[in-house]
Amino acid sequence: MATRLKIIVVEKDPERVRIIVDGLKELGDHDIHVITEESALARRVSEQNPDIVLIDIANPSRDVLEELTLAASPNERPVAMFVDQSDNSMTRAAIEAGVSAYVVGGLRPERIRPILDAAITRFHMFQRMRRELEATKQALEERKTIDRAKGILMRRRGIDEDAAYGLLRKTAMDQGRKLIQVAEALVTASDLLG
Amino acid sequence: MNAGLRIPVAYVPLVDAAPLIIAQELGFAAEEGITLELMKAPSWSVVRDALTLGQADLAHLLAPLPVAIGLGLAPSPVQLEVAMVLSINGSVIGAARDLAARVAKAAPTAGFLDAFSVGRALLSVGPRALRVGIPFPFSTHYELVDYWLGAIDPAARDRLQIHTVPPPRMSEAVAAGEIDLFCVGEPWGSEAVEEGTAELLLPGRAIWNHAPEKVLALRKGWDLEQPAALHAAIRAIWRAGRWLSQPGNRSSASEILSRPEYLDVSPLLIDRALSGRFVVSPRGERRDCPVFVCFHQGAANFPWRSQGRWFGHRLALRTGLEQGDAIATAGAIFRSDIYRAAMAEMPSALPTSSSKVEGGLPQDLAVPAVGGDLILRADRFFDGAVFDPSLPE
Repeated sequence: MATRLKIIVVEKDPERVRIIVDGLKELGDHDIHVITEESALARRVSEQNPDIVLIDIANPSRDVLEELTLAASPNERPVAMFVDQSDNSMTRAAIEAGVSAYVVGGLRPERIRPILDAAITRFHMFQRMRRELEATKQALEERKTIDRAKGILMRRRGIDEDAAYGLLRKTAMDQGRKLIQVAEALVTASDLLG
Repeated sequence: MNAGLRIPVAYVPLVDAAPLIIAQELGFAAEEGITLELMKAPSWSVVRDALTLGQADLAHLLAPLPVAIGLGLAPSPVQLEVAMVLSINGSVIGAARDLAARVAKAAPTAGFLDAFSVGRALLSVGPRALRVGIPFPFSTHYELVDYWLGAIDPAARDRLQIHTVPPPRMSEAVAAGEIDLFCVGEPWGSEAVEEGTAELLLPGRAIWNHAPEKVLALRKGWDLEQPAALHAAIRAIWRAGRWLSQPGNRSSASEILSRPEYLDVSPLLIDRALSGRFVVSPRGERRDCPVFVCFHQGAANFPWRSQGRWFGHRLALRTGLEQGDAIATAGAIFRSDIYRAAMAEMPSALPTSSSKVEGGLPQDLAVPAVGGDLILRADRFFDGAVFDPSLPE
């Protein structure tokens, strides 16, 4: 286990890069390179001569890596991780996490496993963070809309904030809609009417 | 209508995925008692993985890819086979604007279908090393470009530097000066014209007017596990192809394909491929290519053994494999027997033979057929060469 592995991560998003690289560093002293530029990807990867390449499954540039599987010597051919179905659970986990790995030169499974495990964990972590961020952003947007709707009601009907909120909530309940939907409708209508 | 058996089908959002999308959207699948669960994929690698790992049971795939896997050239845990051809032709050749301008100057009278003049001009005014973008290493796109320039000048093969570029990046790759030329499926050629980075030189059919482009692929053996489902899918897709072949349905087809869940591009761009009326340059020049892509006429969906053999022959030439073995293996991958079994009861004439001379029909020809009249469409390479699979070179 002493020899270092050269790992390439193909990823544009700096936040995702940081999360993945941090995860890989915890595994020990590996030589980790990041490629953020998708132009001339095949050349960039082959120049680095990596042991493992990690790339988002949904990245269209995966097809470019397929070109490398045609490299002259079989020992230098990166092979998509999924081709080796020796470990179905790991393959499934990788697909779920959205990570694909290309392994060069027939590395032993026990050397690949920890790296792919770490990548899977980190890809999941990134997805979770993105979902949390989305949720937070959405909540903030909703609160802004509701505040605007309350403001419109307070001005137009001369009521206080609590009454405005109560009115929005009652309308939503009466119509079987969500509070945010009623608020959005009111804001849109008010914008249209000027 | 009973949704019946659900069949997951992976595809890449391209105009030539139309038969799958239409089969599901317009109820041709439901009529056969099945649901095609369409899985949109961002790359051919994802489609291949979905099919080989069993997430999908059928796939929209590049015609030569199952052959490349069968010949051991492309890694895969299982073998793939071809149940039907989904489309004939449908790609365009485009060039960076300055190169296109030089080609136009060198061949001022060349028409949009004149592969000879355009090719000769390209080889004379183009850079010594011609960098060509194609979507995947095993694709009809690769074979067309290689065939075209190699037939004009065998030495041109040494000038070709073929790069894999994902279709949505093609325009950007031209703009960045990474490639001089590309061969890609629509709408991505027209998209590059719209973005002002490239001009279209030729439709793929100018090189070979009957080139199998995408196929319906299955895992070897799935036909024995689910014969009824497979046959139902073939029939539903055939009906969708027949619907697509009627000019009156074109604008509906463009609208459906353009939806966000499918291609997610303007219906006007899709209409260019379906109508064969192209805008070839950012200056708005128009060129017509009748039957730019064919989904139906002339037994277009029939998976000829000889089509598989042609790909086997080309891949063997490229990689130095033994010709005879490669051709035999490749022919067996195009399962005309499955297609015949599925279509036996349909109002569709089937050819009596499962193999033909590729490139051997200068014009449309009525041929003896099983169950009705069959007119085979013209099938000709631009240089007039023929490939007779019974006599490997």
